[in-house]
Amino acid sequence: MTMMQRLSRVDAINWNRLQDDKDLEVWNRLTSNFWLPEKVPLSNDIQSWNTLTQQEKQLTIRVFTGLTLLDTIQSSVGAPVLMDDARTPHEEAVYTNIAFMESVHARSYSSIFSTLCNTRDVDDAFRWSEENPTLQMKSELILKRYRADDPLMRKVASVFLESFLFYSGFYLPMYWSSHAKLTNTADLIRLIIRDEAVHGYYVGYKFQQALAEATPERQQEVKDYAYELLLELYDNEVRYTESLYDEVGLTEDVKKFLHYNANKALMNLGFEPLFPSSVTDVDPTIMAALSPSADENHDFFSGSGSSYVIGKAVATEDDDWAF
Amino acid sequence: MQNADVQAARDGSLVYFSTKSGNTHRFIQKLGLNAQRLPLNREEPTLRVEQPYLLVTPTYGGGYAEGAVPKQVIRFLNDEHNRRLIRGVIAAGNTNFGEAYGLAGRIIAKKCQVPLLYRFELFGTDDDVAKVRKGVEEFWKRQAQSLAT
Repeated sequence: MTMMQRLSRVDAINWNRLQDDKDLEVWNRLTSNFWLPEKVPLSNDIQSWNTLTQQEKQLTIRVFTGLTLLDTIQSSVGAPVLMDDARTPHEEAVYTNIAFMESVHARSYSSIFSTLCNTRDVDDAFRWSEENPTLQMKSELILKRYRADDPLMRKVASVFLESFLFYSGFYLPMYWSSHAKLTNTADLIRLIIRDEAVHGYYVGYKFQQALAEATPERQQEVKDYAYELLLELYDNEVRYTESLYDEVGLTEDVKKFLHYNANKALMNLGFEPLFPSSVTDVDPTIMAALSPSADENHDFFSGSGSSYVIGKAVATEDDDWAF
Repeated sequence: MQNADVQAARDGSLVYFSTKSGNTHRFIQKLGLNAQRLPLNREEPTLRVEQPYLLVTPTYGGGYAEGAVPKQVIRFLNDEHNRRLIRGVIAAGNTNFGEAYGLAGRIIAKKCQVPLLYRFELFGTDDDVAKVRKGVEEFWKRQAQSLAT
């Protein structure tokens, strides 16, 4: 196993002397993204919530309860174990931000519940989350890696949680939003989705830095473990998805969303995507709900190209670039 | 200018920027086309191009126009000579950033009056690589043809 040079002592952190400027770049990104659920007018969704059937309400509360569990794992176990493995004081500081924001995410679901749902339904869903075998299994698969003494696999587990496991849940608010339902709730979820992208990117980057220092044999071993874990999580995730979405007939499209995001999780770790494009073609309305500009045609190469006009030079200075 | 475009068509000329995480660099490597990398270090003098090119850039930031275009790219394009030779832009990003997915590409396209040719996520899938490789080749061919007529 590779020796990780963990921080052996606590020194005053100096943000003007960086060992890795990525730490400051990500710190700035995360702090400028800071938000709280109070900023989103969730109560505007009350009318819309009341148009959902009892079955749809139960599904939504369960999905959000499942997401709450993942956020809780990240803030109370995931980020703290990554902190122990940090190589620079700045990396450690970034994880404190991640830990806190995961608490904000977990707290946000309770804000949604208290605004839209009745207490008994929510209590039922929390009980469901404690007993649901596939939800408990994904929690166990991740916690096992967090608790084992392998800093590289901890980062792998963290990236899979951030960039893959959340998406069976994120699908539903994007689906509602594409049907003009619970649109304020979807706005809140988009803030969470944005944060998770930065978390997955950063932990993946730190993983790649550490992996590059390992022997080729160890690199291969970690890569094998990573794909193995992904497939194990994927099998469980498919069962979890079926248990939630079969009754509303969305399972097949949710699976495409899983494939699409599993590929991105692997890429965050520097590994090649696994699922071919034939199984990642998520419903365009879901993609548009996720990224409103995604449905615009920016694939100029597939078009005729007739719209192309030779550019005129425009004077530009730093100020013009909205910097 | 005409000859330069014909030459660029032959070379498949690209200019790109990639941070330490190297995602865009990896995409460029997979393309296997001629490409010049902009210096990462902000103190280093920026590149001066000799012929028309397509720019490939990541998008920075967490969803705001401000700061979306990497500073090193801005500095490169602030050179009037470089800006005159840009023919199109390809942007990397992440759909998780919603409206801001590949925003740097849109900002540059508007600013420099060139088309945003393609967007891809992280270091791109094999499909992205194939589409861009083919697209870039055809783009320069069309470019050379339209200048020849």
